[in-house]
Amino acid sequence: MANKTLSGAEVIIECLKREGVDTIFGYPGGSAIPMFDAILDSNIKVVLTRHEQGATHMADGYARQTGKVGVALVTSGPGATNTFTGIYTALMDSSPIVVLAAQTTTPNLGKDAFQECDTSGMTFAAVKHSYLVKNSNDLPRIMKEAFHIARSGRPGPVLIDLPKDVTAGPCTAPFTDKMDLPGYKIPTHAPIQAVEKAAEFLKKSKKPLLLVGHGAMISGASRQVRELAEKLNAPVCCTMLGLGAFPTDHELSLGMLGMHGTVYANKAVLDCDLIFSIGSRWDDRITGKLDVFCKDAVKMHLDIDPAEEGKVLQPDVFLCGDAKLVLEQLLPMVNKLDTADWVKTCQSWKKKFPLTYPKQGGLRMQHVIATASKLTGGKAIVTTDVGQHQMWVAQFFDINYPRQLHSSGGAGTMGFGFPAAIGASFGNETGWPVLSFSGDGGFQMTEAELATAAIHKLPIKIFVMDNKYLGMVRQWQELFYEHRYSSVDMQGNPDFVKLAEAYGIPGLRIKRAADAERVIQKALEYKDGPILIHCECEKEDNVFPMIPAGAPITSMIVEQPKAQLEKPTGST
Amino acid sequence: MIDKAHSISLLVANRPGVLVRIALVFSRRGYNIDSLVVSPTLDPNFSRMNIIAHGNPEILMQIIKQLEKLVDVVQAKDHTDTNAVEKELALIKVRCSPDQRTEVLQLCDHFKAHTVDMTEKSMIIQITGSSDKVDNLKSLLQKFEIVEYIRTGKVIMLRGEDKT
Ligand SMILES: Cc1ncc(C[n+]2csc(CCOP(=O)(O)OP(=O)(O)O)c2C)c(N)n1
Ligand SMILES: [Mg+2]
Repeated sequence: MANKTLSGAEVIIECLKREGVDTIFGYPGGSAIPMFDAILDSNIKVVLTRHEQGATHMADGYARQTGKVGVALVTSGPGATNTFTGIYTALMDSSPIVVLAAQTTTPNLGKDAFQECDTSGMTFAAVKHSYLVKNSNDLPRIMKEAFHIARSGRPGPVLIDLPKDVTAGPCTAPFTDKMDLPGYKIPTHAPIQAVEKAAEFLKKSKKPLLLVGHGAMISGASRQVRELAEKLNAPVCCTMLGLGAFPTDHELSLGMLGMHGTVYANKAVLDCDLIFSIGSRWDDRITGKLDVFCKDAVKMHLDIDPAEEGKVLQPDVFLCGDAKLVLEQLLPMVNKLDTADWVKTCQSWKKKFPLTYPKQGGLRMQHVIATASKLTGGKAIVTTDVGQHQMWVAQFFDINYPRQLHSSGGAGTMGFGFPAAIGASFGNETGWPVLSFSGDGGFQMTEAELATAAIHKLPIKIFVMDNKYLGMVRQWQELFYEHRYSSVDMQGNPDFVKLAEAYGIPGLRIKRAADAERVIQKALEYKDGPILIHCECEKEDNVFPMIPAGAPITSMIVEQPKAQLEKPTGST
Repeated sequence: MIDKAHSISLLVANRPGVLVRIALVFSRRGYNIDSLVVSPTLDPNFSRMNIIAHGNPEILMQIIKQLEKLVDVVQAKDHTDTNAVEKELALIKVRCSPDQRTEVLQLCDHFKAHTVDMTEKSMIIQITGSSDKVDNLKSLLQKFEIVEYIRTGKVIMLRGEDKT
């Protein structure tokens, strides 16, 4: 190798190796051939997907599972545009992925050449950062920077637009660890004055509440969150993406808050005198109507992204830094608080308003999920798609470990769950099974990846939660739009068992609650690759509790309302 | 809070695409950029950008934080109501006959503006200074026919020895 000049493509592959990449997800095409060619001579595994959207969600799922950067490699034009949903999904949930998008040759740029696409131009708004590489010799530095930017600070997607002459041409620049990023800052510790101020606020609080988000997970701050909660004796609620950063079975846990959160978490939000957000961003799903959210409570906000300060609400103290490091700063400054009564109150709400679901009628998704949770002892990697089943997984699957649940939160991308399960499966070192829960609607958006799961014999339990409706939209139409169902009927759904079998994947079916345990057990015992479980569920079930979008938390609905409700004022 | 013009100064890495990324932070919220000046700094690897934008001060503060977050932006600062020199240059083309010239030239003289082009029927006046000064001259020249006019937008520099 010493005296052979490497091509740009070979340098890219070598850089991937140097970044510790062993698996990438991709789909080839004319302008990507140099890279797909170079990768043949490496020991990096290329997972050929069935669609570029799948490749990006897999890279994302892999990243969420491992904490490492997920990589997708695609061709120019439509190959690149097919990645946009995945890039945006990763941005919204701060997931570190690098997308290598091939491009026409540099002389062809701007000339509407075949499969030319202004990929970097089109993705500016959806990336953490991006590059259009014009010179092969820039590749070593750009690859280094791309991975660094994707994984550090607030992680996110980085796109590299790679013209074919850049990948096919020679690169004589040496590999380097040097980066040229004068504008890129990564907060670590928070200013000590801010930490002291936070400690003071905590000292005075009688009814503190910790709100734990994805940032805590990304930072690896679970132990510090737990130490803080236990040291203060403060209850903890989690956002959907925060679930697992604090164990749901902990006695101080109030589970998930927000639109479909637990009654007790939302009651605690209403009643607390201090709320401390650790790596969450006051999303509208959790605050509801903003001007009454925690109106009289002290608000403390810990976030690594300085632009989160005051974006949604003005906190009393903002701690800019890495959750783990900042909590370590804070921990020695705090002591046990006089919160016995408050904790007791929260625990009594927990007893009084448990999450439940109706047992009569057809098969309930909740029952399938709770049974899967019970049978795995909660020791499973779980992914969800978007919709009713997603909320029920968040409610009824015991999530007690960090990086156990992967779901598209900020973007709410249907079609995410199943490919994310495939990506997570490639990165799964827990020895636990991967359970993928999708709705009948969302599953059909990326179901072609059944082939990918089958080829690699991935031990994924693919639950298709089939209510023959776009259930979450139907629920809104039922509750807020006078039962006027418009384009939510999934008439034409395939027999998902047969669909699986067509890909050589065994399929099981659950139609009655009584069969759930037996069938799921059978699926869990299957060790020869993926298995699909088609769950034919109650068609018109609704997710409760529910806070209508844009409404104050006090408007929480806990059961099927008798009358029509006003149309929500909030967004989606 | 009332909307007003904000003077924002950015120090950015001189890379293709940086302007688009910056513009997107504004356009995402439906905010418009009133004026924009870009030039390389003493170190050609960096550029200075001066942006004037109108809007709600709280939102602009947020926009500045989001600008600062961009990988290629080294620094983003709001210089509104600070001790900074803010100047701009304008070219104003007026249609004026030879017998109107004296009056136009008197006005120019008063504003320390000067003519940079003159024909039988027209004249281009160049004025530098504060935005108010430019506005004033322009409104006085309205008496004659202004054919066209263009201004550079504000350039901003902090007074004293500190860097902007
Ligand atoms: C790509 C995409 N398109 C549309 C939506 C809007 N949407 C949110 S939930 C939902 C229904 C999902 O139906 P299904 O996958 O069957 O899940 P269910 O709610 O029935 O469990 C829709 C259409 C979305 N989130 N993502
Ligand atoms: Mg459905």
